[in-house]
Amino acid sequence: MSRSREVMVEILVALALLAGAGIGVAGAESAPKPGGKSDGKTVAVTAPAPAAKAAPVHYGIGREAKPEEIAGWDIDIRPDGQGLPKGRGTARDGEDIFVAKCAACHGEFGESTGRWPVLAGGAGSLASHDPVKTIGSYWPYASTVIDYIRRAMPFGDAQSLTNDELYAITAYLLFLNDVITDREFVLSDETFPTIRLSNEANFFNDDREASEKAFWKKTPCMTACASGEPKIVGRARAIDVTPEDGKGPQVE
Amino acid sequence: MSSDTNGRNRVSRRGLLGTALAAGGAITLPRGASAGPGNPANQPPNLPDWSRTLGDGVAVRAYGKPSRHEADVIRRDVEWLTASRESSVSFTPLHELDGIITPNGLCFERHHGGIAEVDPADWRLVLHGLVDKPLMFTLDDIKRLPRTNRVYFAECAANSGMEWRGAQLNGCQFTHGMIHNVMYTGVPLKILLEEAGLKPNAKWLLIEGGDAAAMTRSLPLAKALDDCLVAYRMNGEMLRPENGYPVRIVVPGWEANMWVKWLRRIEVGDQPWHHREETSKYTDLLENGRARRFTYVMDAKSVITSPSPQAPLKHGKGFTVLSGIAWSGRGKIARVDVSLDGGRNWRTARLDGPVLDKSMARFYVEFDWDGRELFLQSRAMDETGYVQPTKDELRKVRGLNSIYHNNGIQTWRVLPGGEVENVEIA
Repeated sequence: MSRSREVMVEILVALALLAGAGIGVAGAESAPKPGGKSDGKTVAVTAPAPAAKAAPVHYGIGREAKPEEIAGWDIDIRPDGQGLPKGRGTARDGEDIFVAKCAACHGEFGESTGRWPVLAGGAGSLASHDPVKTIGSYWPYASTVIDYIRRAMPFGDAQSLTNDELYAITAYLLFLNDVITDREFVLSDETFPTIRLSNEANFFNDDREASEKAFWKKTPCMTACASGEPKIVGRARAIDVTPEDGKGPQVE
Repeated sequence: MSSDTNGRNRVSRRGLLGTALAAGGAITLPRGASAGPGNPANQPPNLPDWSRTLGDGVAVRAYGKPSRHEADVIRRDVEWLTASRESSVSFTPLHELDGIITPNGLCFERHHGGIAEVDPADWRLVLHGLVDKPLMFTLDDIKRLPRTNRVYFAECAANSGMEWRGAQLNGCQFTHGMIHNVMYTGVPLKILLEEAGLKPNAKWLLIEGGDAAAMTRSLPLAKALDDCLVAYRMNGEMLRPENGYPVRIVVPGWEANMWVKWLRRIEVGDQPWHHREETSKYTDLLENGRARRFTYVMDAKSVITSPSPQAPLKHGKGFTVLSGIAWSGRGKIARVDVSLDGGRNWRTARLDGPVLDKSMARFYVEFDWDGRELFLQSRAMDETGYVQPTKDELRKVRGLNSIYHNNGIQTWRVLPGGEVENVEIA
């Protein structure tokens, strides 16, 4: 009795597993395809309605993550301030830290050294031939600055800054970009959400399906599509910046 | 005394030495040197050494590598592109490959904080946020869940990005090599999300890597529930460290920046995070100074991989095979056209091998080359009716500074001697 019951349970679990896999696949095929023009056929495939609506299978795999475990890794910050750590700092505090920990690559004023990223300047350059995309000229949200520094900077010593250092460096960068004009302004988890960057409104969601509708052509040209011989207007060889074979990395 | 009878000559020690020298020097020879005259001592009527002496036994090459004569088939980088090798890119040698599957060791790399060397015993995935029950998974947990196998291309959003202002790099490895196409094995992300239980206001996911860049992207929930995978195998074996070992996210058809490697955390939220890789980077600046964001899909694209600047025509006039790849993030490749005269006239290429959803497809055009100058182009169409545009058509809409998503038609000029160069034509 107990043995056969065990077998039954095993079979039921196996069936549940199969059903789960089925739901995964059917769901994938019947779900709308975001961002893509579907061929219609794929969307029209109707998964068995009850299966799609059925409560998801639970495998009981993985364990509950404890709040203190999540806290150690949960470092992300959003534009609305969600995720901001407790802390405070001013541009004046930030200048010394920036010079010590950041300026070797990014320059003392965010102007950068060598090919490292420029962090300040470039105002009004976005529509020019050579746009300079910096925090001040391009970035839409100040939260991105503090989030990114927190997760990835200094390059090679990530997640080494204290929360106060984070706020101070961010304040200094906002000061360099004329977002904060007072060196003594206290940037903190409370004041942070009041900060706005000037380029926020100039971003818009992918509109290719409308603005590039012309690329969905029914019948592309096949013969006599242009007149005359092709005229060469650009040559990679003339620029000559391609790595040569036999140079660069090699295998043993 | 000698067994050199019947007109057969033993390969001399000189011959052996020659082979060794050739092997040692092969990496400095221009590509295609192996197609040269070779060593007569190894050729008929002579018997080469490999026909009479024993070679390595089994398991001498416990993890096999390509022939030493293929030592030039490697990833390459362009040093001037980036400030450091740890936040940089290397390119797949597309001109040396065929079919649709990219060998794991040749898949292009793009890191933002170098290759994280993750111990699988310490690897953890945390799934939290707007879920009923936050979860933590080990690698063994992930491998116990129902899995699926899919072939998808991963193309860097910046593939061909150096070519916006004109022809710059001379070879499809450099102009188109930020792409690979492998079979992934993984768990549908949907299964993990259902395991945790989504709150009704769940709309976006934050996907985070465990490397020193802690790469993050915001992923719309609809895509996560559609076809994303939490993958741990590529082409059957575990992911390579440079491709996210032990676990990465696969986001079919979408820009590869979103395919976060060394996956460590998924947070469910109700709005996007607007992190660095979706604001400062991977936004597409247009001529008017405004910028597109969330340009996820990689549009239909193709390139002729041979002939190409790194794969010239060495055989002179006559029958030859033109080979190339096409792909689309919007679905299957429906057709590829090829022009030999710079887009004046087109013929439809032959698709060969599997043509899969959001995967590379291989195309061929066999033709007789009369030895004249050619201007080769390929033009992909996908099942949505999208036709790969020319670079000029793209520039008309986007200008020159959008960096990403350059899927314009590539032109190779074949010179009468068989050399090939990257050009732009009018």
